[in-house]
Amino acid sequence: MNFEFSADQMQLKDIARKFLEKEETVKRARTILEGEESYDKDLWSQVAEMGFTATAIPEEYGGLGLGYLELCVIAEELGRSLAPTPFSSSVYLATESILQFGSDSLKQANLPSLASGEKIGAFAHTESTTSPTEENITCEFKDGSLNGSKIAVTDGDVADFFIVSAKSGSEVGLFLVESSADGVEIASQPTLDPSRSHAAITFKNAKAEALDSGWSNITTLLDRAAVLFSFEQLGGAEACMNMAKEYAMGRYAFGRSIASFQAIKHKLADMFIAVELARSNCYYGAWALSTDAPELPTAAATCRVSASQAYHECSKENIQTHGGMGFTWEFDCHLYYRRCRQLAANIGSQSIWKDKLISSLERANQI
Amino acid sequence: MDFNDTPEEAKFRKEAYEWLKANASLKEGPKDGWRAASEEEGLKEVKVWQKKLHEEGWACMHWPKAYGGRESTPIERVIWGQEVSKFKVPGGYLEIGQGMAGPVMMMYATEEQKERYLPPLATGEEIWCQLFSEPAAGSDVAGIKTKAELEGDTWTINGQKVWTSGAHFSDYGILVTRSDPSAPKHKGLTFFFVDMKSPGIEVKPIKQISGGANFNEVYFTDVKIPDSQRLGAVGDGWKVSLTTLMNERLAVGDASGPDFEEAFSLARGQDLNGKLAIENDAVREKLADWYCQQSGLKYAKYRNISALSRGETPGPQSSITKIVSGNKLQEVANFGLDILDSAGIIRTDEEGAEQSMYQYGFYGAAGIRIAGGTDEILKNIISEQVLGMPQDMRADKGIPFNEIPTGNK
Repeated sequence: MNFEFSADQMQLKDIARKFLEKEETVKRARTILEGEESYDKDLWSQVAEMGFTATAIPEEYGGLGLGYLELCVIAEELGRSLAPTPFSSSVYLATESILQFGSDSLKQANLPSLASGEKIGAFAHTESTTSPTEENITCEFKDGSLNGSKIAVTDGDVADFFIVSAKSGSEVGLFLVESSADGVEIASQPTLDPSRSHAAITFKNAKAEALDSGWSNITTLLDRAAVLFSFEQLGGAEACMNMAKEYAMGRYAFGRSIASFQAIKHKLADMFIAVELARSNCYYGAWALSTDAPELPTAAATCRVSASQAYHECSKENIQTHGGMGFTWEFDCHLYYRRCRQLAANIGSQSIWKDKLISSLERANQI
Repeated sequence: MDFNDTPEEAKFRKEAYEWLKANASLKEGPKDGWRAASEEEGLKEVKVWQKKLHEEGWACMHWPKAYGGRESTPIERVIWGQEVSKFKVPGGYLEIGQGMAGPVMMMYATEEQKERYLPPLATGEEIWCQLFSEPAAGSDVAGIKTKAELEGDTWTINGQKVWTSGAHFSDYGILVTRSDPSAPKHKGLTFFFVDMKSPGIEVKPIKQISGGANFNEVYFTDVKIPDSQRLGAVGDGWKVSLTTLMNERLAVGDASGPDFEEAFSLARGQDLNGKLAIENDAVREKLADWYCQQSGLKYAKYRNISALSRGETPGPQSSITKIVSGNKLQEVANFGLDILDSAGIIRTDEEGAEQSMYQYGFYGAAGIRIAGGTDEILKNIISEQVLGMPQDMRADKGIPFNEIPTGNK
């Protein structure tokens, strides 16, 4: 049995980690959080230069032609480092949409510039506070143009194009709309995690191009993206666990290191358990994604739920371990707490993924 | 990344499977398994099966051939475990002897003693127990008081042990005692092995909350042990104990009892408030949590097996298994009873009744969370040995043992 990343993949992970550490991405996340910029353009161009955006794109479309296991290890490091870039939107969602469901001409037109990072894509799916379903999507595609509005579009104010879910006749499918097209209005929205920008988008007779249609494609897209999001969440969770440990080791109260109190040790042990379970489930997701396994819906939901739980546990208990300092703007704890919420919200809530998990087990009748 | 065997592993797996196929019957479903009519019958059947395993080279697989093993690699043991789990074969009774007493004898006994005692452990002819815990020394196991006094070359033992699994059918036991009560807690201990038929040993069963009695109290009154049965130096008993405690932690695995599959199938067949329980959102959320925990443990195990397959030693990360599965069992059992509404309180011992599985889980989980290291002790191990956090400050450090308050005072 070889249920582990290969030596090459672990080396890539190491390179990614060292690069992101050198770039002081946590500081950069704070700068974006406090400033006017929507994302770190300099970091984004370096990430693209490293080839991370090109990882899973085939060579014929200007990519590196590596696999999803490579993308998983990069995702973990981006999550660990809080990199304030539109990577998840552009790579896990927009690039994947085109790779999986785009025509060859769409691929030719978009993948090379997505690989090089010149173009940024975003996924516009949510319309209200109710999670999107095949029945409640109101955006509509007709005769080559799209009407309707979306909210909470991550990186919506920086994307060059959107992949939009919309109904067309009796089906719901995915459509590509350029952000510069006539009839597209973009309004930034303030969020709980300003280190990642969000926008509301309105489409009024905006020119759109259809990808392969069908609700099942949207489900597949979300399942594939869920594995990659889970790795980002895993990286973030582990970073919080390590931060909490380091702080506890160096903090003295009642005449001793607070890391020697069982109340703190057991808290850290709980974080470790959550991270170990999430990591193991993420590996399962990585395996399913990289081998196009029929178990992907189950594996994706499992790692998504597990990684969301781990990040929640670790980011909130990291603040708790830091005591009052953890609640200050000055300390970095809140950057992770915010990002945890952002990643948990991005492709649907915990309850939705738990429901998907049980539904997929019912369908598979694996029991 | 794959779940495949290497060619050598595949060859070994085939050999193991074919031997088992020829000597045992396959389980007919996930709930099928070996069950003995009584403890006595079970012990007989286990001994017959173990003898056969030994004769054909499948006993104590990682042990030296000279003592009855086959000098297998760790990954071969894992593969054997996976294959054997597909068959209805007798089990239990021998784990403590083979898993804990064997390794400590191998490290500390004389060559002559090894030749005498190890082979009967491998063949299943002799059963061993572990005499560690005491009424005043549970999690703080180094706080034992059972007294050992040396006169000439004979030790006299007085005291009481508790939670001793299988003491009532054991031939020998490994025993930790206090030989110097004026030394600090960890310094005054001495380790022995003892014949359980020695005069002065009295075994009394402990009735558990389930009504069963798997454990015992063991009383020692002027029990004589020759100095030749001492393992390790006088005063070095803690060091010797750690060898077996480490083996115990590796041996403790998944809590057995109803798990996700059982709860899922129950929810798909049981009505709750006028519709199937599986359609209830609260039920679905719980099921999803248990599935994620079960899956996380399964793939954590696969990661450990992969490390073994590469020839590496998996770390103490495996301590998470008992914490997660014990707590999961307690919740699943509670769910299984809760879903029967008020009727879930009715006790049934009917063979195969679904309820009884949850009722045993309800009792059993409370014990699993304590046995072989409590949740709390395991969390200390994770925080200290995995995360490198410091030990809690100890009030008994450097103080003579006989000045330390212990137990219920």
